[in-house]
Amino acid sequence: MTRDSGRMACGIAATLSLVFAAAPALAQEMTSKIDGGDTAWMIAATALVLMMTIPGLALFYCGMVRKKNVLATMAQSVACTALCSLLWFAVGYSLSFAGDAPWLGTFERVFLRGIGMEATSVFAPTIPELLYVVYQMTFAIITVALIAGAVADRMRFSAFLWFVAGWLLFVYVPIAHWVWGGGFLASAGVLDFAGGTVVHLNAGVAGLVAAYVLGKRHGYGTDNFAPHDLSLAVIGTGLLWVGWIGFNGGSALGANARAAFAITATHLAASTGALTWMFLEWSTRGKPSVLGMITGAIAGLGAITPASGFVLPWHGVIIGLIAGAICFWACTWLKLRIGYDDSLDVFGVHGIGGATGTLLTGVFAVAALSASPDAPQGSPGLFEGNARQVLIQLYAVVAVLIWSGVLTYILLKVIGLLVPLRVSEPHEIEGLDLTQHGEALQ
Amino acid sequence: MKMVIAIIKPFKLEDVRDALVAIGVHGMTASEVKGYGRQKGHTEIYRGAEYVVNFLPKIRIEVAVPSDRVGATVEAIIASAKTGQIGDGKIFVTAIDQAVRIRTGETDVDAL
Repeated sequence: MTRDSGRMACGIAATLSLVFAAAPALAQEMTSKIDGGDTAWMIAATALVLMMTIPGLALFYCGMVRKKNVLATMAQSVACTALCSLLWFAVGYSLSFAGDAPWLGTFERVFLRGIGMEATSVFAPTIPELLYVVYQMTFAIITVALIAGAVADRMRFSAFLWFVAGWLLFVYVPIAHWVWGGGFLASAGVLDFAGGTVVHLNAGVAGLVAAYVLGKRHGYGTDNFAPHDLSLAVIGTGLLWVGWIGFNGGSALGANARAAFAITATHLAASTGALTWMFLEWSTRGKPSVLGMITGAIAGLGAITPASGFVLPWHGVIIGLIAGAICFWACTWLKLRIGYDDSLDVFGVHGIGGATGTLLTGVFAVAALSASPDAPQGSPGLFEGNARQVLIQLYAVVAVLIWSGVLTYILLKVIGLLVPLRVSEPHEIEGLDLTQHGEALQ
Repeated sequence: MKMVIAIIKPFKLEDVRDALVAIGVHGMTASEVKGYGRQKGHTEIYRGAEYVVNFLPKIRIEVAVPSDRVGATVEAIIASAKTGQIGDGKIFVTAIDQAVRIRTGETDVDAL
């Protein structure tokens, strides 16, 4: 339009038209930095992270519960995926990643309004903004789905749905904005590459609070809660482990060397975590259990998540080792000592692992990995002389711990006024598959 | 007619079947069951939580034989199911009042 009207004029108007014509051309140059390679990798990474929840987490969790609660556990992952996706599309993305206010985003991108073919996000300038929306959507999904493990075997499905919606909007969205969307923790300089605070600590603390609010499962401490089929949990772990390549590698937001560093540290941390847990259990309990190996792998993966794009491969080994040991202690000693019934150890693995990894990121961060044309100095950690980074990491851990803990508690108490959080005791004994969903495994 | 009921270790089922076929006993019902005797259970540990499993998986076989074949049948089961370890199982013999082959209507020993 501008070009046409310019050509219709003459003399000075014609000169002006050149200026006007140049403006859209320049604008196009600035916005069309979408890179084919980056986009291709991020589409693949998005698929990998979605796969982590369905079926990865669904299998991981359902293999660890009793046979009467298998479908109910899978239903939580599936329903969480569907509900979080729609809410992310409606308001979640906008409130997380639009605007740079310290506490919360804006409604600018509500229902993904204004995202055209050329749009990019300031946080991922070389891929379509819509792809960034969906990539971040998969993170929101798995974070909420993780919490389900803490309340497995007893939470009423309708209450769970209310919880998913409320927790996504009141807990996940603000924290994602604080850390990744230009909020106050981002401004403070916190390093969280792929979700040590936003995803793992956040879900872990919520799990602990939810386990406390809902109370212990019927028969806790007396009945046999042995997993009904750990082979499913092993398959689920494999899908999570592979999916984590997209989770951490994709958080580089491009097909580049940083993604390769993140993937390498991630895989090494998972491997070290698995072996650490295995040997600790072998030496203290007499046998190297399969559940121990896969739990150690997840602990290593959760802990390396915040660090993955900031550290070298050997740091991944150290972080996996520390996470495997601390999470082993948390799940086998701390949990029994405190006496909460976090059914599938969301707090012991993700909460403890996420906090550990977030703090260690401040210790090991290598400035060269995060240096960019915009920030040539990068983000050094304690070992590069920046002791303050550890305090910033601690600040983020405390902020997330408080917000997630308090809001989760309030949210559950409010939902509890509308609908009972737990199923009735006879239904809990009969099993959630049959009483909540009208189906059962034969 | 007698019913020979044996509770055996699951991995011995094929050996027992072969032994019974060898002495001319053609027919058996096998079920997966759980139980305990002197063998007690075992302990399972999941992330530090210990569960004592009292009921162990066993196979229960039922073989209907003419009364004069009971001795040979029991001998064959013992010979094939025995490991010498605790938990080898037990054999019970009871009387059968009546037997009918559904397809033909044959009764008692003819039906076995």
